[in-house]
Amino acid sequence: MVDVKEKTESVPAEASPQIVIDPTREPIVVVDGLHVVYRIYGAGGDKGTAATALLRMVRRRNRPQMKTVHAIKGVSFVVYRGDAVGIIGSNGSGKSTLLRAIAGLLPPERGAVYTDGQPSLLGVNAALMRDLTGERNIVLGCLAQGLSLEETKAKYQEIVDFSGLKPEFIQLPMRTYSSGMGARLRFAIAAAKTHDVLLVDEALATGDARFKRKSKAKIEELRKDAGAVFLVAHNLEVIEETCNRVIWVEEGVMRMDGDPKTVIAAYTEATDK
Amino acid sequence: MSLAEFATRRGLSQSAARPPLRQYIAQLWQRRHFVWTFASSKSISLYTTARLGQLWQVLTPLLNAAVYYLIFGVLLQMSRGIPDYIPFLVTGVFVFTFTQRSVNTGAKSVGDNLSLIRALHFPRASLPFAYVILELQQLMMSLIVLFAIVLAMGEPLTAHWLLLVPVILLQLAFNIGISLVVARLGAFARDITQLLPFMLRTWFYASGIIYSLAHVQNRFQDQPWLVKLLEFNPGYVYVELCRHALLAKYRNYVEDLHHPIGHLWWYALFWAVLMFVGGFLYFYRAEERYGRG
Repeated sequence: MVDVKEKTESVPAEASPQIVIDPTREPIVVVDGLHVVYRIYGAGGDKGTAATALLRMVRRRNRPQMKTVHAIKGVSFVVYRGDAVGIIGSNGSGKSTLLRAIAGLLPPERGAVYTDGQPSLLGVNAALMRDLTGERNIVLGCLAQGLSLEETKAKYQEIVDFSGLKPEFIQLPMRTYSSGMGARLRFAIAAAKTHDVLLVDEALATGDARFKRKSKAKIEELRKDAGAVFLVAHNLEVIEETCNRVIWVEEGVMRMDGDPKTVIAAYTEATDK
Repeated sequence: MSLAEFATRRGLSQSAARPPLRQYIAQLWQRRHFVWTFASSKSISLYTTARLGQLWQVLTPLLNAAVYYLIFGVLLQMSRGIPDYIPFLVTGVFVFTFTQRSVNTGAKSVGDNLSLIRALHFPRASLPFAYVILELQQLMMSLIVLFAIVLAMGEPLTAHWLLLVPVILLQLAFNIGISLVVARLGAFARDITQLLPFMLRTWFYASGIIYSLAHVQNRFQDQPWLVKLLEFNPGYVYVELCRHALLAKYRNYVEDLHHPIGHLWWYALFWAVLMFVGGFLYFYRAEERYGRG
């Protein structure tokens, strides 16, 4: 539990360790003292022989091949309707984990995430199957995202057109696609759904220059429909362009939360050292 | 004021919370097309790189039947007076395989799809459901092979065959239930997938697939409770009911042994309802935790 107090003139937002809430705006995501712990199997530090496994059992060491990673360590913030929040930090700092926890896909170990509406991740890769044709994958991906059969049928042509794939490729298994073609189709499927709270992980806007422009415009469009947007990216320019607020995460701890210019400047200074 | 109070006061709800049961069932129903498409997609991609392609859906059960016939029919001479041993054996193997494979794939259904669980929102029960539907689709293929074998062995096509429909439906409910149970177990203790093959093999040999329980019960005359127990075994119940539906000669043979099977229908219903309802509730109660792995 994190205590908050209402915004007053004397307390500048980013200087205070306490969360300051703005009572005049409508909150859409509240992250309250969030801790996320991953459990990883088969990470075994020691030799994986039967003898060592037996020894571990004899010594009653629980869950031998399991390691835990404390990925998010007590993060709190409030996001309001209309916010576009960029999340930055070095590799492995917990950005994607934070995103998944906000989406409710990774259960918190402690603390909680409160949202208005269902936040969802823009990304459908995991639902697609390499051995299936593009056509079947479009249907599968749409259904996996929760679209009804009718909506899927209605969106089908739109997805094909947006992906820019030639008709003969739609009938081929996805494993035969080039990486750019695959990425285009995945993005097209993912973007077919509208979201309450949109979470965009980096590396989505791949493909050639023309498709990058197209997908950027599409994200912008989705952003307008959504109540709030979270954007994880390494490209700081993209963040500065599209976000009105930036959160800097490092080693699972929130280092800074404020307007893009200030936070990005501090982040660049810290990483350039 | 704490953040949690602030959030609830402004009408926000916890994002990783488990929905109420009624709502969960509605969500699952809404995803029924996804469940079906996921299942058929999996089954298509299973054989997509094989040259014979979808033909394997029929060839695999056929080869299985051939192996069991070779070992138990020819080498071990297990028939011991059971009329039409081949259809008897093949029916048993195919019907039991449906349950066996549902359990096996169900146990992995959460663990193998963690990336999907961590990317998209959907009632997690969709996954065990989809895997059992996949097995049902495979069973349908096996049944076509089975019908061909049974008819080729000179069994008549009778109205009794229609009884197959309710038996398979009850077995389906049972399989979904048991698969939901092992899905939850397998999600948090991966070791279960190593242990399951042994348990399933034991179950196979205890279920009267390669022998007839009606036939061997005379051997356990001083332990009637053992026969009762073996009869109560759901693995046996569904297999035996399918045999009675399909095989006229076997039906007469069991009648001659004065071994009534009416109560098996009650067992079939009991197991189906118990496992389906119990398994569903058991799986549901951990709904919000599956993403953690």
